[in-house]
Amino acid sequence: MSENVSLVIVSHSPDIARGTAEMVRQMVGEEVKVAHCGGNPEGGLGTDVQRILQAIERAWSPRGVAILVDLGGAETNSEMAIEMLPEDRRSRVVLCNAPIVEGAIMAATEASGGASLAEVRATAEELSPVT
Amino acid sequence: MTAFPDPASPDRKAVTASVRLRHEAGLHARPAVKLTKLAKKFSAKVSVAMLPDGPWIDAKSIVKVMATKTPHDALLHFRAEGEDAEAAVLALVALVERDFPDAG
Repeated sequence: MSENVSLVIVSHSPDIARGTAEMVRQMVGEEVKVAHCGGNPEGGLGTDVQRILQAIERAWSPRGVAILVDLGGAETNSEMAIEMLPEDRRSRVVLCNAPIVEGAIMAATEASGGASLAEVRATAEELSPVT
Repeated sequence: MTAFPDPASPDRKAVTASVRLRHEAGLHARPAVKLTKLAKKFSAKVSVAMLPDGPWIDAKSIVKVMATKTPHDALLHFRAEGEDAEAAVLALVALVERDFPDAG
């Protein structure tokens, strides 16, 4: 159980996805795997279920994967990607209801200490104002 | 700065120490991440406060540590309870004194 929970960053913009992943790497370090994806297959803004599935595959950890998203489609496409996963993996991938950059830093910091997937998600979501 | 058993709760093996935060920008994002990651390496319960009497917050909680927005030149207080409490407090004080160096 030495492996940590890993992260997937899903943004409409490939630059934001890449930049967020890079910020996590520089701030938190290499001990948490971070995969990222953004943009549609035509090169414009958007998100794509297949790319999200590939990012989950690249980031895969038996401890689980936490996904951070930006807006609307990123969330619904990530939910769709989770539903398309093999059944034994589906329960180990969760979507965090948190701001993408801040949530990623908080989630990665928590994950770096060996926290569980539920703890990682709770830490990212602790940021969101209680409504 | 040396760590010493907390006189308020000697039986619980609490260790406390304080250190001046010299970091130019205060306890902003990167120092907060480093402090939290270091605290997580110890099994002891580790708390941090800006006043000697608290309120104490969980030093292993990145969200709470960052939310303190501790400014430059503030005095940071650490308290740890448990097996490796003294090592935890000494390591955290050293991190702040060395101004949050990058490696290690």
